[in-house]
Amino acid sequence: MKFGCLISEIQYIMSNSKVNMVEPPEGVVGEGFFATKLNDVVGMARANSLWPLPFATSCCGIEFMATMASHYDLARFGSERVSFSPRQADMLMVMGTISKKMAPILRQVYEQMAEPRWVIAVGACASSGGIFDTYSVLQGIDKVIPVDVYVSGCPPRPEQIVDGVMKLQELVKSESVRRRSSPEYQQLLASYNIK
Amino acid sequence: MALETIQIQEKLNQIFGENVSNYNQEKDIFSFEVTADTITSVILFLKNDPELRFHFLTDLCGVHYPDNEVNRQFVVVYHLHNWYENKRIKIKAFISGENPQINTISNIFLSSNWMERETFDFYGIDFIGHPQLKRILNMDEMISFPMRKEFPMEDSGRTDKDDRFFGRTTDNY
Amino acid sequence: MSELLLPPEHRYAKRIKEQQNEDGSELSILNLGPTHPATHGIFQNILLMDGERILEAEPTIGYIHRAFEKIAENRPFYQVTPLTDRMNYCSSPINNMGWWMTLEKLLDIEVPKRAQYLRVIVMELARIADHIICNSILGVDTGAYTGFLYVFQFREKIYEIYEEICGARLTTNMGRIGGFERDWSPEAFKKLDIFLAEFPAAWQEFENLFVRNRIFIDRTVNVGAISAEKAMAYGFTGPNLRGSGVDYDVRVAQPYSSYEDFDFIVPVGKSGDTYDRFCVRNAEVWESLSIIRQALDKMPEGNDFHADVPDYYLPPKEDVYTSMESLIYHFKIVMGEVPVPVAEIYHPVEGGNGELGFYLVTDGSRTAYRLHFRRPCFIYYQAYPEMIKGALLSDAIVILSSLNVIAGELDA
Repeated sequence: MKFGCLISEIQYIMSNSKVNMVEPPEGVVGEGFFATKLNDVVGMARANSLWPLPFATSCCGIEFMATMASHYDLARFGSERVSFSPRQADMLMVMGTISKKMAPILRQVYEQMAEPRWVIAVGACASSGGIFDTYSVLQGIDKVIPVDVYVSGCPPRPEQIVDGVMKLQELVKSESVRRRSSPEYQQLLASYNIK
Repeated sequence: MALETIQIQEKLNQIFGENVSNYNQEKDIFSFEVTADTITSVILFLKNDPELRFHFLTDLCGVHYPDNEVNRQFVVVYHLHNWYENKRIKIKAFISGENPQINTISNIFLSSNWMERETFDFYGIDFIGHPQLKRILNMDEMISFPMRKEFPMEDSGRTDKDDRFFGRTTDNY
Repeated sequence: MSELLLPPEHRYAKRIKEQQNEDGSELSILNLGPTHPATHGIFQNILLMDGERILEAEPTIGYIHRAFEKIAENRPFYQVTPLTDRMNYCSSPINNMGWWMTLEKLLDIEVPKRAQYLRVIVMELARIADHIICNSILGVDTGAYTGFLYVFQFREKIYEIYEEICGARLTTNMGRIGGFERDWSPEAFKKLDIFLAEFPAAWQEFENLFVRNRIFIDRTVNVGAISAEKAMAYGFTGPNLRGSGVDYDVRVAQPYSSYEDFDFIVPVGKSGDTYDRFCVRNAEVWESLSIIRQALDKMPEGNDFHADVPDYYLPPKEDVYTSMESLIYHFKIVMGEVPVPVAEIYHPVEGGNGELGFYLVTDGSRTAYRLHFRRPCFIYYQAYPEMIKGALLSDAIVILSSLNVIAGELDA
């Protein structure tokens, strides 16, 4: 089947069913070809199959459970497979308080993840230490690893977590395929002392 | 017959005399003080006496009173519970602020093992004879005993929180 | 291999060197946690293993130590409830109410009967929510994901009732000294009725999925059994102790908030294994439902939802703007000028996991001089290394799950 026809057919199916599909990126459609930017295609693919690594430590983890369960169902956004192995995960979701005792472990998990990797700080504790301004709590995970999206709330509602994931999807869609090898990114990692 | 507080008091008085003192009823809990040296024998007695039968250690924790005289600066508080008669008691043992030491009861109640470690972690109270007395909640490298009153709640090294905005400085400017 | 993981002076290293198995295999070390997905929280256990059998375990905790007790010494009494929320976050209302009852005991406040009944209802809802998590996750750990998806919908329903009562889902910060911050809306009662009508059928189905399930029985019966004596020595309370056959329940032993008015049984198990703990929790959910129904039936008329204690209970906002007296009370409460006796109080409540105690020492100021939480998880988790000794690795996960150790409560 010709690719151009396929797209128009998909659009037809979309208009007639409840199945929600992602819009194709901007491009030129002709007979037998579809031309677009590599960035857009890669971004689209990455954004819609973000495998989360739930780094759930406390209360927010329970809300994440609710987000994954039947009512809110994060799987609708391409995060069906929860990857507990950092090697196969794209999106590190840090949920809950990170104490100073835990910080090196969080860092190690981040270092084990393969590029490209993104981080969401879910909840007040992960973002800033929250109400726990104490001797034992790390005041925000951005002290040890770079963070892409912060989700506020103590704990955030599942809708907010889903919103955070969607915000990240926007970021991922527009990210250049060359970003991860750019000097700016190397500089960012170096500022966190991550090799 | 329900276990009366006067019965507990008489029994303890008979055996330990001066070492147990300050009996009083605080709300619903009968409470008394024990000298630090006799704590193990008192608790063992309370546990094994066929009438008293305080067989369950509900809680163990420390309190710091820096304003007291030196040998009463720390107190270890034990809550015991007799389920047969449904009677609770509270025992306090005051210890010195300079060299806080007390005998462990982890050989009497298995459950006190971690509670004593926690108390050590928070207050630096040395439980003599404890099988594994090391920090439990905080990092091993930590040098302060955070629950002592002289240590601040916040981490002094933090950079992102400006004390002026939290009303924590005396002159907000 | 093992030298890489552990320093050679570690006691495991010595044992590995000494032990020679006949078939030439050697002991190995497995690091379980702190971010292992099956531990539902962050605990680390360094296991010494012979094949798949656990010989010894060394637990490390404190990975989310947040210094609750230190914060409580620096905050006014009413700012301590948000901390209690975050302790056992699966059943926050029980923690909240326990804290308010501690203060009420300190201040000698009599809460009106209706408010007490409302508290009972919300505490029992919290218990159901807690047991839903524990039991359905135990199902997930034995390979049954369906039960989790199924009953979690009803947890959402409980959250909706919480939202009607206080506006929050998980960390509720519910109640005030003397009662509730506001009366329950008719909508809350309506949602409660719907929940009571729909939930039993779902819970029955959930039970049917597990209780006679061959796989589930094989995975849980005689796994992680602990005798009643041992459990008491380790300070077990709550469903885990009752699984071993001891009928100790704070609600019966020291009734608070009018629990003596209700007719319920304390379910107990026999052998103290994982299966018994599961069944005790299941049965408790039925008892909780029955208590909620009784409380709704016996609910006194009227709309008392708090005690008349203007010294401690914030007046309604309209009155603050219009009446002098309310303004003064408002000011005094907010500035912490309330009379607090110098006393020492211990108040226990039956939390989701056992006896949750609050030991409060006051010195007459607006903050606690010392507040110690008796956290049931912290106390019974120390039995875990002994419970998994000799068990298979997969059993260790199931045992941990059935103990329902909540990291927030464990580390405070």
